[in-house]
Amino acid sequence: MPTDNLQFTPHIKLEFKINEKDFFVAGESASRVKKTLQQLGLHQDIIKKVAIIIYEAAMNVAIHGNHGMLRIYIDPESILVETDDEGDGIPDIELAMQEGYSTATHEIREMGFGAGMGLFNIDQCSDELHIDSKVGTGTKLQAKVYLRKKDSISDP
Amino acid sequence: MIRNFHSVRLDPEKCKGCTNCIKRCPTEAIRVHDGKATIIEERCIDCGECIRACPNHAKFAVTDELDKLAAYKYNIALPAPSFFGQFKNQEHIEDILHAFLRLGFDDVFEVALAAEIVADIVHRHLLNDRVKKPLFSSACPAVLRLMQIKFPDLLHQCAPVLTPMEVAARLAKEEAVKKTGFSYEEIGTFFISPCPAKVTEVKHPIATKSSAVDGVIGANIIFKDIRKGIFRPDGISRSSKLQRATSLGMAWGFVTGESKNVNSGRALAVSGIHNVISLLDEVERGELQDVDFLELQACTGGCVGGPLNVTNLFVGRVRLRDLINRFGSKEPFFNKNKLIEFYDHGQFDATEPFQPRFLMPLDEDVSQALIKMERLDQITNDLPGLDCGACGSPSCRAFAEDVIRGIAIETDCVIKLKEKVKMLSDGILDLARVIPSASSDNPKQE
Repeated sequence: MPTDNLQFTPHIKLEFKINEKDFFVAGESASRVKKTLQQLGLHQDIIKKVAIIIYEAAMNVAIHGNHGMLRIYIDPESILVETDDEGDGIPDIELAMQEGYSTATHEIREMGFGAGMGLFNIDQCSDELHIDSKVGTGTKLQAKVYLRKKDSISDP
Repeated sequence: MIRNFHSVRLDPEKCKGCTNCIKRCPTEAIRVHDGKATIIEERCIDCGECIRACPNHAKFAVTDELDKLAAYKYNIALPAPSFFGQFKNQEHIEDILHAFLRLGFDDVFEVALAAEIVADIVHRHLLNDRVKKPLFSSACPAVLRLMQIKFPDLLHQCAPVLTPMEVAARLAKEEAVKKTGFSYEEIGTFFISPCPAKVTEVKHPIATKSSAVDGVIGANIIFKDIRKGIFRPDGISRSSKLQRATSLGMAWGFVTGESKNVNSGRALAVSGIHNVISLLDEVERGELQDVDFLELQACTGGCVGGPLNVTNLFVGRVRLRDLINRFGSKEPFFNKNKLIEFYDHGQFDATEPFQPRFLMPLDEDVSQALIKMERLDQITNDLPGLDCGACGSPSCRAFAEDVIRGIAIETDCVIKLKEKVKMLSDGILDLARVIPSASSDNPKQE
């Protein structure tokens, strides 16, 4: 797998710290990465997908995750969006993925967030999605978008 | 003809090489090199922010002059709604319209009247459930050009309709052909413009293959002559009625006028190009799902704030409002059936899709682009991060990109240069210390 040998392929890593209830960093990081991807000459459909994943994933960390990190790895094959948080964790990932399912507090919903679309949207936009969550410890999310559509079909 | 025509230009004589314009440009399209600003054409959207920002009036807009009227047998002025707010003594709208005839135009067609048609078409689009919301206004050419560069994936949400200027030109020509018997080509249509982007729009239209507007005359160019014409008593009386637009169309001259005219329950109006960018950032992230129509104006305050207008935007706005209240016709010129006919006929629909304009990536090859991006990040991290603009680029990040693209060198940064000079002078001092004296047999060793 060429993507595993990151040290031999050119790649860049972008990193953002997400503090609890910091609802701005999601938008800011999405805009920053969007600009980077445009400079790399990537297709606008890919840019849009990645921007949505970043925004939703970072919002999840800000809402549920206490605090955490957002990292974006870009190599010639794919873009990996990764969030790591120290929140309460997700007891039932399958349920959380459902459209409209939300555990956001009333306060957060009043602010216009927490509509239960986050993980659903991330799933819709990514070619690969891994969520590793331990209740009480935290959640690691990895969403991958392939840069070349054809490769992704042959890739098991 | 220049392939990429731009109305906004630089006068190198007047440019002092300050950095006011590079910091204000919404698309980072200006650099200052060798003491003069240059505009990167592929990035310029002709919004005119630099015209406002330049203290030396080195940035200007190229528009047509009145002598272009000689090329046509029958000339029609198409004044923008905002033009009527330019006059101090609150002249009657009808008087201002007649002043165009005194100046040598054969007829006047208010763009405000065409705006009412556009508003009705947009209104009917909004009633269609299949139309993706929010629908964006496509009336401001600077905003459209901004979206082509910075928000390409939102372009499909722009209302697929011609601009009021374009609709006015087409209707005016149709009317004049019937009235005069001249051919379409013998009739000249001249938009009286507050806006440099409209000049560019006519040369390179976005929504149509070719524009029916034959010339664009800056409001600043024609203002004095029109003001004189209002007072000149001569044969042309006010007996002929030229004013046909209602207050609804006239209100397009300032922000919120358009959304009121479109009359969709949930509309949002934003003006000022930097505000428009923040709002589009939000739309792109999927927020703002509770809004149906977005009126976006590049100029603060809307068209009254246009860089070619002569009156302060707030003053112009008040005057235009007052004029509308006093003289605005209440009876719409086109009745409901006629408006439905325009919509059904589709003659004012955009015929071309709104296409993105892709800026040059760092490299055609993604791997190479990534290598360059790594280097770009390195350079950015090494820079002071002051975004002072002294290098001639709008920010440290933009400067790093310029270095990668080969249009700047690292020592263009004054802080970097100072570091280099210090290193060099330290080196010279060191060398001076270790150089052996010619007479000594034993060079001094440290």
